Formats: sequence, structure tokens, C-alpha cells
Amino acid sequence: MATLTDPAADQRRPSADAVLEVEDLNVRFPTDDGIVHAVRGVSFSLRTGEVLGIVGESGSGKSVTSLAVMGLLPSSANITGSVLFRDRQLLGLKDAELSAVRGKSIAMVFQDPMTSLDPVYKIGNQIAETVRQHDKSVSRAAAKARAVDLLKLVGIPNAADRIDSYPHEFSGGMRQRVVIAIAIANQPEVIIADEPTTALDVTVQAQVLEVLKTAQDETGAATVLITHDLGVVAGMVDRVLVMYAGRAVEKGTVDDVFYRPKMPYSIGLLGSMPRIDAGDRQRLTPIKGSPPSLINPPPGCPFGPRCPLHYSKCDEQEPDLYPTERPDHTAACIRVNELVGVDVAAEDIFTDDSSDLTLGAEAAIGESALAQQGVGDAAAVGGVPTEPPPIPGVDPDAHRDHEERA
Amino acid sequence: MTSATPAPPVRQRGADAEPVLTVRGLEKYFPIKGGGLIRRTVGNIKAVDGIDLDLYPGETLGLVGESGCGKSTTGRAILHLQPATGGSVKYNGQELTTLNRRSMRPLRREIQIVFQDPYASLNPRLPVLDIVGEPLIIHKVVSKSQLRGRVNELLELVGLNPEHNNRYPHEFSGGQRQRIGIARALALQPKVLILDEPVSALDVSIQAGVVNLLEDLRDQLGLSYLFIAHDLSVVRHTSDRVSVMYLGKIVETAGTDDLFDRPAHPYTQSLLSAIPIPDPQRERRRKRILLTGDVPSPANPPSGCRFRTRCPKFANQLTDDQREKCINEDPPLIDRGNGHPSACHYAEALTLL
Repeated sequence: MATLTDPAADQRRPSADAVLEVEDLNVRFPTDDGIVHAVRGVSFSLRTGEVLGIVGESGSGKSVTSLAVMGLLPSSANITGSVLFRDRQLLGLKDAELSAVRGKSIAMVFQDPMTSLDPVYKIGNQIAETVRQHDKSVSRAAAKARAVDLLKLVGIPNAADRIDSYPHEFSGGMRQRVVIAIAIANQPEVIIADEPTTALDVTVQAQVLEVLKTAQDETGAATVLITHDLGVVAGMVDRVLVMYAGRAVEKGTVDDVFYRPKMPYSIGLLGSMPRIDAGDRQRLTPIKGSPPSLINPPPGCPFGPRCPLHYSKCDEQEPDLYPTERPDHTAACIRVNELVGVDVAAEDIFTDDSSDLTLGAEAAIGESALAQQGVGDAAAVGGVPTEPPPIPGVDPDAHRDHEERA
Repeated sequence: MTSATPAPPVRQRGADAEPVLTVRGLEKYFPIKGGGLIRRTVGNIKAVDGIDLDLYPGETLGLVGESGCGKSTTGRAILHLQPATGGSVKYNGQELTTLNRRSMRPLRREIQIVFQDPYASLNPRLPVLDIVGEPLIIHKVVSKSQLRGRVNELLELVGLNPEHNNRYPHEFSGGQRQRIGIARALALQPKVLILDEPVSALDVSIQAGVVNLLEDLRDQLGLSYLFIAHDLSVVRHTSDRVSVMYLGKIVETAGTDDLFDRPAHPYTQSLLSAIPIPDPQRERRRKRILLTGDVPSPANPPSGCRFRTRCPKFANQLTDDQREKCINEDPPLIDRGNGHPSACHYAEALTLL
């Protein structure tokens, strides 16, 4: 395992003042089936020049988080909590007021470059529009010149000619470069990139990530990079926030989360990834089951039903983010104390067998029915162990220790 | 299925083993029609342009490339779902490309396909029993009374609960739906499975389970897989040999470790270097070989070597004399002293990972 200090990581350490502070963000969508609680109490702060990665699987609430910050959710969404940009509350602002912030101070890069540009306007006009929208004193000619500069910056050849092209004349990678050019047109302080390379091929992804780095260097903007690809996160970000079922379940520096994950979900996620640099073909360790429904989720840890370390106490209440042995590294698991100071690999706790027996709907019904009967019964009926399953390499006394402390 | 893996079965092919599937010079051209009243063919999209593959019994052959390189079309042309426009596909010595629908049907029991999108490849109006049972009925392999039992066996085989055989696809998760698709493909006890991006639509934690299942099934049932994918990490994990495709042609073929440890074609090299590794410290130190530009149109591929318009070697390392050869001569897929065949005049193995 790696050493704790990495010079490259130290160089990238940002200054301490927060540009964007998200506190206890909750998003609820009313649906026919009930209220979907898509984001549940997510908090993070972003400092100048810092890159924060938000990772999670489909439906974990990572995109909804970013859309809530940008005020881009439909009006039916119920958003609570606080989003402070430079100490200014963004939640509850009127659309007109937000429009002055969006594209100026906070810019966004969306997932699908095919749909995020307007097909009937020339590329150059779309960039110039962004510039002039926020600063009317810029002349058309100056805005156009700025568009050319920006296109050059994001690596579009013959920029002066290409500003008169329409989006359909560009490939996916080129379009995403244009979207990045638009995002950095006004020197934003925060860039939110929501799965910026997911729709692209790997070789194009590598190009676009390079452009994103250039854009960051150029603007000095703090960046939120949202992705499901742990590989992309590893190379791009300073800190990571892992999301599961609408909640942050682990936060820390990229090295801490990748080399010393403490939440069983993060451990499992890392273990389920096939590695291109692994020649020995170790068997993968899948995470059994599927994420819970966000309509009336049962009490307790949302990862519980899929977790190999799950026992009855996990179902009592949802765990907070508990501190680990490293500063600023927190994990939402009541057994985190047992994991402190030990390296637990996915294959130690997850099984590698290949069955997938429970239906999502059934699991959800079973859960809530059990929850109504009370936890003791749930344990008896659902086969949830009442004693914590041992963790390989961890002294069982550590658990007792933890109990006493708790 | 047990979690304890038995001793790894020998998947190294013997010197005397005959390939189950032999593909030679396979071509699939799609005509481009003119816009006039009489829609004459004015050109061809050369989606697959002369590829050779050998699939040996019990092995997994990975076929990788980026979108539009022709890998899925290759799979479909092999199965005769989109008839090839040239070349030959032989299954155990029997030519498939010249067969009509009726004579192809018995062979469909031998070669089956698993599609990419488990949301689109299952009929939403049929319960699992009917979806998995359909091939059994069409090919009249079991009687009505045996059907349920056989389907339950298949569901168990792919790690699903047989009690769910009366459920509809929407009740299952993406990974489970993909398992239903696999059970359907296995219903007729095929020898060869063409897996067309079987795990690309799944989240990683779910994907791992399906990858493990495919490994177990191959070893248990002695299947051969043509594993079509764009994700090289999955391919490295699952395949015994890998062929890399670019713009309708295979540019490099090698044993998996050989390909990943000593890639010789500049395209394979840039592909490998572009893939992010979930290891922050290595990732920060890595130097990428960045490609410029985009994939040219397969309707009008560049002369000579098709990769030369984006090739970092062509752009930065070769002299003008050397470039002549790239422009004029299509490089054949042969071994140029790197231990495996690659289609580059100036192939040179590099260590990148």
C-alpha cells in the first residue's frame, strides 16, 4: 500500500477559503408512487482551485445534487438546505437572479454534448452570446474574438474558421470542447462538470479531460467533477465524495478514499472494478442486490441489505459520517472504528460468487414490512445477524471497544 | 453456482485444437444511396472491411474498438443477422454466409448472441418463463410438460431465483435482466456465444457479478465466447486473446497479457494509455499518448494505413520517406518481431501499464 505523503498531492493542495458551501441539501420529487427523496442531507465545501469528485452509481443522486446547486431542477422539486456561493445564498433565488450567477460565476458542463448545444446557432455565436449576456459592454467583434481565443484554448484547430460552423458539423469530442469553452468564457469561479466524458470514447475522453485540466488552470476555478468512473476520478481530483442512495457515505482526499476506503460500499465498489493494469486476473467481487428505493426508504443504513458487515444494529438508524484515522476522512458506517488502521480489501469481506437472487421490489417490500415489525423481529425474520460478522484481519475485541466508546 | 472456484481449467488451446469458428476476409458494406428519383448506390460504408478471426474451443476472444469501428457489425455478420457482403464464416468447417434462413436455423442452436441493452432485448410483455422458453419451443427441444423444469434449471444456472419465472422483465434489475438474456442464449446449449457489449449498460458493482457469471458458465459448459466490448479493462479480465479493431479492420491480435504488456500498434498503445486507472498515484504520474482528430468516415477511409491520419508515430517520429509507405501501402496484419501480429509498418512494442 502506498505511503501517506505524495508530493504531487501536496502541490495540488488548495487554499482554505471556500467558494461553494453546500449544507444539508435535500431534494424531494413528488411522484404518483410517493415522494422520492433523491438527495438526503448532502454537505460539502469547495475551496478555490480545488477539484472535488462526486462518485456514485446510477440513481445515487449525484446529478440531482449538481442540478440543485445550479437551480436547474423543475419547479416541482422540493429543495431544502443551503447552497452558499461566496456567502450568498443561492437556494430560493428567483430565476432572473440566478441567471446572473449561472454561466458567470458558476458554469456547468453537461454530460451529452449532442444536446447541450443549440443546433440552429453557429458555434461562435453561442460562445459570444455567453460573453455578452453577462457583460453588455463587450462589442460583438470583441465577443467574437474572445470566442476564437476560447476555441483555440480548448484545442479546436482553425478556430477562426470553425466559429462559423454549426454543432452538427462537429464530432462528439469537439462539441464537448465547445461546451467547455462556453463554460469558461466568463472566467467562472466554480465549474460543475456532470459526467463530462461519459458519452465519449476513451481516446476522446483522454483529450477532453486534458482540455478540462487546461480550462481549470486557465480560470483557476474550483471544480466539481461528477462521474461514475473511478478511474477518471483518480487522476483528476483532490478530494472525493462517494454517494449512495442520495447520501454522502464517504468523504476524503482521493488517496485516502482509494487506498484506505472505510465505508464497505466504497470498498466493494473498488473491488468490483476490473483493472487494466492487473495481469493476474483476480476474481471480481460484485456487490449483491441493488440500491434501495428512495420512496419511503427504511430506517438504518441504506447499504445494509447489500453489506457483508451488516448486523441488526445497522438497521436502527442511518449512520452519520464518522471520523476515521485520517483528518477530513469520514465514512458513514457504524463499524468504522473497527476498520480504523486496518486495510480491508474487497475480497476479504465480499464474496465472489455470481448469483443474483433477490428482486428489487421484493427486497424493498420485505424491508419496510420488517421495519414495521421492529428491529428485533426483522433480525429474526430477515436473517440479519444480531452479532456483527467478523472482519478478517480485525481483532473482534476492537468491536467491544467500539461499543464501549459508543 | 458455488463461490469456491475450482482449479482454473486449462484454457490454453492445444496445438491440435481446431477452431470452432473461422472468419476469413469478412466484409460488410452498407450501400450509400443517391438522393435522386432512382436511388442508385453511390458508395459504400465499409463497416467491416476484411477481417480474419479464429475462435478456439473454450476460449474467450475479445474484440475491442471504439464506437463505429465495426465490432458489433462483425458479430452480427458472423451470425448472419446482417448478411455479410464478402468473405467467409465457417462453424466447424461449415460455411455460414451462403446459407438461407431455413438452413441457418439448426445452426442457431450452436451459435447464440447476448445483446448489449437488457432493457431493449427482452419483450416487456412476456414473463421470464416465456422469454427463456421461447427458443426451446421454436426448436422443439422440450415438450410442454418439461418446459418449466428446463427454464428453472436455466434460471438457476445464471444465478437467478427460479421462483421468479412468472415475473416480467421490469421487475428485475439491469444485471438480472442481462442474466435473463444469457439464460435465453444458453437455452439451446450452444457451443459459441457472441457477447455484444454484455456488461456495458451495467453499473460496475453489478457488472462484476455478470462478468463472474460468464466466466463460470464458460468453464462449466465449455463455451467459446466472442466478447465484443469497448471497455479494455473488462476485456483484460475476461479474454484469453484480444483483437483490436479500427475503422473496419483488425490492427492487432495477441494473447491478452502480451497485448496489454507489449502493445505494438500505435492505436493499441494510445487506447491503452487513454484508459484511466483507479489508482490516484499511478494516474498522476502517467503520461498519455493523446490522439488528435476524430475517426475518419468509413465511407472514404484514408489510403494506405487507415490510422495514419491520427497516428502519433506518423505525425512525430517518421521521416517523409517512411511516411510514403504508410500513405501508399495498407499494412498487412503480420508479426513484425513483436511476438504477435500487428498492422503497422513500423510496429514497435512498448510498455505502458
